[in-house]
This record gives sequence, structure tokens and C-alpha cells, in this order.
Amino acid sequence: MQAKRTIFPNKILPYMLLVPQLAVTLIFFIWPALQALKSSFEREDPFGFHTTFVWFENYRRLFIDPNYVGSLSKTAVFAFSVTVLSMTLALVLAVAVNRVLRTNRLYTTLLVWPYAVAPVVVGILWWFMFNPTIGIAPYLLRAAGVDWNHRIDGTDAMILVIIAASWKQISYNFLFFVAGLQSVPQSLIEAAAIDGAGPFKRFWTIVFPLLSPTTFFLLIVNMNYAMFDTFGLIDATTQGGPAQATNILVYKVYTDGFIGLNIGSSSAQSVVLMIIVIALTAIQFRYVERRVQY
Amino acid sequence: MKKLALLLSTGVIAALAHAPNVAAQTEIAWWHAMDAELGKKLEEIANGFNESQSEFKVVPSYKGTYPETLTAAIAAFRANEQPAIVQVFEVGTGTMMAAKGAVYPVYQLMADNGEPWDPAGFLAPVTGYYSDTDGNILSMPFNSSTPIMYYNKDVFEAAGLDRETPPKTWAELEAMSRQIMESGAAPCGFTSGWITWVQTENLSAIHDQPYGTLENGFGGLGTEFTFNGPVQVKHWDNLKKWADEGLFEYGGPVGGGDAPPKFYAQECAIYMNSSASRAGVINNSKEFEVGFAPLPYYDDVTTDPKNSIIGGATLWALNGKDPEVYKGVAQFFTYLSQPEVQASWHQFTGYLPITNAAYELGQEQNYYADNPGSDIAIQQITRGTPTANSKGVRFGNLTQARTVVDEEFEAMLAGTKTAQEALDAAVERGNQILRDFEAANQ
Repeated sequence: MQAKRTIFPNKILPYMLLVPQLAVTLIFFIWPALQALKSSFEREDPFGFHTTFVWFENYRRLFIDPNYVGSLSKTAVFAFSVTVLSMTLALVLAVAVNRVLRTNRLYTTLLVWPYAVAPVVVGILWWFMFNPTIGIAPYLLRAAGVDWNHRIDGTDAMILVIIAASWKQISYNFLFFVAGLQSVPQSLIEAAAIDGAGPFKRFWTIVFPLLSPTTFFLLIVNMNYAMFDTFGLIDATTQGGPAQATNILVYKVYTDGFIGLNIGSSSAQSVVLMIIVIALTAIQFRYVERRVQY
Repeated sequence: MKKLALLLSTGVIAALAHAPNVAAQTEIAWWHAMDAELGKKLEEIANGFNESQSEFKVVPSYKGTYPETLTAAIAAFRANEQPAIVQVFEVGTGTMMAAKGAVYPVYQLMADNGEPWDPAGFLAPVTGYYSDTDGNILSMPFNSSTPIMYYNKDVFEAAGLDRETPPKTWAELEAMSRQIMESGAAPCGFTSGWITWVQTENLSAIHDQPYGTLENGFGGLGTEFTFNGPVQVKHWDNLKKWADEGLFEYGGPVGGGDAPPKFYAQECAIYMNSSASRAGVINNSKEFEVGFAPLPYYDDVTTDPKNSIIGGATLWALNGKDPEVYKGVAQFFTYLSQPEVQASWHQFTGYLPITNAAYELGQEQNYYADNPGSDIAIQQITRGTPTANSKGVRFGNLTQARTVVDEEFEAMLAGTKTAQEALDAAVERGNQILRDFEAANQ
């Protein structure tokens, strides 16, 4: 089924069409990234009067700082938990909705709603529900014998931000899984059913493998979401506390750079973050993609 | 085409008609961090100035929290878009003082523009805190506060305590809190905003304990933190003990946003926070009567508690504007220091009256007699003779250092560190921050 190749004679037009996108990428992504790279090798006062080139001093300091190393592991825990939790729940919901015949439109709409909520608003919602003083959740939990206080207990705080971040992302994952499920050929499932495969067997041997491109795509998107887009949520719920328990890398970049006005260290951290994401994506494409069946 | 020409010509006429008006007034941008009621009052002051003359127009813009305002101003300065005036909180004072090329010192600004300037007219603790090592005031004092204690008189009475006798010492506070809890009058004894400012920096000042070397950082960039002394350790130890027992409830890091609702909801009977919380406290305590008192002290450490220290913010003039603008800034600062303007701001917000004249005006107006407790803050910040330990703390990057103190306090509450370990760690990490600041500003 090779499609007939269309050849455009104009040699310049394709580049012209690319220019706007390239310009946006250069101005808003590449240029700031280079700026960050430059300031990560410098030590500077907030107003920019004295700038000293310090080679790798900012980086060296980062990796001997136990708080930064701690932040790395917290980010790993956070990103992993958010990805697994939101993808698993989204898949369960998508499969469930896919089986409902009549009202699946309604469920789909309702399940997609949270995605339209801005991260900060999500943060405020969960902050409000779990507020140790005025929230409903700690009140109920206390009745159940759980002393919830994410102001003091680091584990409670981490659970809170993971739940809040996943809740929002479930919608997004759900939408992709629903679309993915709909493209699974019905004939394959029916054939398997006739051969006597139960629903679980059918899911694991047919549906799940056929969903792998979607799953793979979502894995990357979710990792990036957890590492970069959750800033507003953290800011609205825990502000990285208590005692840095939820101080993930992207939030630490913000507090050190914008609150602490330590631009050199903040830039170095954002460069490290950039390297982590590039590496993760590269690894995923190199090794995970091979196992994906398109 | 015709339409376009017509549109253009009307545009030109309109512009011409407005031109003289625009040219006559020099706009002065004023970035500030006062929201809600305080923000409205601040705009009132700007309007008052704008109506008092026609040459200048002060345009206030709200830029978010104190740290956000400072960051915005710095970013704007780097892009050459800075406002003429920016409100910077006391924690940012060290940073601003080190940025010599960025600020136009207020004493110089006033002298250059021939405006009257008398530092002796300000309250002594205000002058003491905002002067550089040569004794010159670099920024215009605007909203200065100091922490005090608020208490719920009705709960006191319900617990069988005297509603007019607030605790004076920490021992009394502990006993009363326990009685309040045990009698069931309220589920918690006390809470506090600003663990850093109230329970650490002010605690040190009141008990005459050093917070850092070189006169708490006033003496230069080479300073080191020393707030892990016996009194601070004892106090943090107590706070941990009291938190475990339920006498004390933690209100969260930085300003402690959870603390005020605990007091308003009558969950905690006593609440320590800035004197500028007064307006908010009065507004939110319609269902009970509030009492005001100075912060408690340890009578086994001192029998002569020192003055508490300053918080709040000052106005900094930033460099890089036209001389005409600075003339307006100077006139505006003169307007701001008028006793009537000061007294009205002070009485509305609970901030300190920053000039002696404003305080005297309040006395003449019988304001303090009519509003019992409204002068607690002034009395507390002016009591005794300030020592090197009680005139304030001034360190570079203090915002970051305070974050560290909050984090270590939380680690202590969570039980992962003792008070001594937490304070030692805070000092060690804080010193690292001070060295960074020193290195960046040499």
C-alpha cells in the first residue's frame, strides 16, 4: 500500500513554511537555554554589576550539597509515582469507558474536565481539601485514626503532591488511551474471544501490546509533565516543604533563582535538568521504542 | 481611504488636545507589595499626593508578594525598565544596600532636590535599622512593624483565667495554654506567624542574644550566623515539646499562612504576629474580644527584656531615571513623612508610626486611649536601650537563609532532628549562603 509520492517543485517554499516555527523555537527555547548555559558558569550579584567566570564551581557546589542530591531523588520518586499512578488509572478508566456502550460520551467528557483546570488551581483545590487546619480530608482522616499533617510530615506532603499532580494528568492520559483503544481492531478481539480467551487474557495479549505506541508516547509526556509542569502545583500546595520534602528540581530552580536571587546556581540547576530530560528522552527512544509495535 | 484619513486626522486632533496635559505631568512608577485593604490605603496615599500638586503623578502598581516585588524590580533594572520607587521588605535590605549602583540613597536624593530631611524625626529603631555604617538613611521608611501577641479574651475567661491578664513570660504562657487546653476552652494554646522573624530573630533580640557576628551583620559582608546559642535552642526545644503536647500549633513556613485562621476560628487562644496584622485580626474576630500584649520572654534568662526588632518595608529610589522624576520622588517622600499621612496609615494598618511627630499626633487625637493595645508595638520596640543584638538583623540573601531556618524548624517538628541539631544545621547552611553573597558582591 505504498502511497504515490507527491513532489513539490518549489525549493524555497518548504523553508519559508518552516521559518515561523523555527523563529519561535530559537527565540523562546534555544536562546534562553544558551543564556542559562552561560550564566551557569558565572557568579553574579542579583543586579548584574559584578560577574565572575567561575568555570564549574556552580556545578561542583550543587553535587556536594546534600539538599540538591536529596532533591534529585525526590524528583525521581515524584516523577515515577505520578507517571505510574496517572497512567494506570487512566488506562483502567479508558478500558472501563470503552466497554460502556450507551453513556461513554458522557463519561469521556466528565473525565476530561480536570485537564482544563490550570495547575495552580489544581494546587489550591487540593491544598484546600487537605489543609491541616480547615480541610475536610484531614478531618475525615483523623476520624479514621490517621494524623494527617503535610505541614510537618514530609511523606504526607509527598503523597499530597503526587495525588494532585496525577489527578490532573489522568484526563490527558485517558483521552489518548480511549483513542488508542478505539483503533484496536474489533475483529482481533472477537477472534480471540471465539478461541476461548477471557477478558484479561484478551487485554494482556492483544489490547495492551497494540496500545504500546500510545503508552510509550504517554510515558515520555508524563515524565516531562511531572518534571517541568508541576511547578505551579507545588507552589500552591507545599512550596517545596516541609523541610524540602517536596522540593523537586524544577521548584528548586525557581526558589534559588527567583526567591533567593542566586542566578548562577539556579542556571546550573536548570542545565542539569535539561540534560536529565534530554537523556531520559534519548534512552526512551533508543531502547523502549524498539519494543514498541506500531 | 477617506475613512482612514478621517480616522487619522481625528486621532491627531485628539492627540494634540491631550498633549499639553500629558507633557505637564511626570509619571512616577511605584511598585509595591501591599494587597487587599493595605493596597487600597496605599493607593489612597498616592492619590492624596497626586491631588496635592499637578506636576507629578505617582502611579502605584501591585507586584505580588515582597519577594516577587523585589525580583520583579531587579529583573526590570537589568532590562533598564525599573520603576522610580520600589517597596522592599526588611529582609531585602542587605541585598539592596550591597547594590550600590542600583539605588539612589534617599538622604542624597532629598539633598539633591532641596527637600527637607531630618533623620532625627524618625523613631529611633527605624533610623537604626535602615542606616548604613556611616549613619546615612538609604531608603525611605514606609511601613515598619514589629511582632506582638494577640489573645482571645473570651477563651481566657472560659478557661478560668483573667481576661485582662495576658501571659508576660513563656512560663506563664505555657501554664495558661495548658489550662486553656485542659479546661476545653480551646483545643490549642498558641500559634505564631513567621517562625524565623518572631520566634528566632525577635527572640534573640529580646533576650539580648547575638544572631550573627559583626553586630548581626550591620558591620559588613564577612558576618556569620550565631543563632544556635543556648537561649534559641531552649526556645526551639520548648516549641517542639509544646507542639507534641498540642499547646503550640505550627502555622507553616515563611509568614505562616495557617496561623491566622487557627486564631480566628478560636482554635488557638493566643497568636503572635506582626503588629500590622492588627487590622486583619480586628476584622476577623467579630465573635470574640481580642487583647493585645507584648511578646513573652524567659524570666530565667533576662529580667529586662530588650526591644523587639523591625519588620515591614521601605521605599527605595532606583537609579537611571530623569532628574525631573527624582524631583517628584523627593516631593512625594516629603509628602509621605507628613504627620497626618503617617498617622492615618499607622492607625489604619497597625504599622508603626515611623516619625515621632506622627506618634505625637496620634496621642493628641486620643487614638491610643480610644483603641487600647494599639500602642503595644511602639512601646515594645522603643523600650530600654537597644544593644548590638537588639537593633535588628541585616544579612545579604536573608530570604534564602530564612528558608533554611524554616526547613530546619520543620525537620525538628517532624522529629528527625533535635533543636540543637536543627539550629546547628541552619547556622551551617546559612553561613554558606552568606559566603555566596559575600563572594558575589566583592
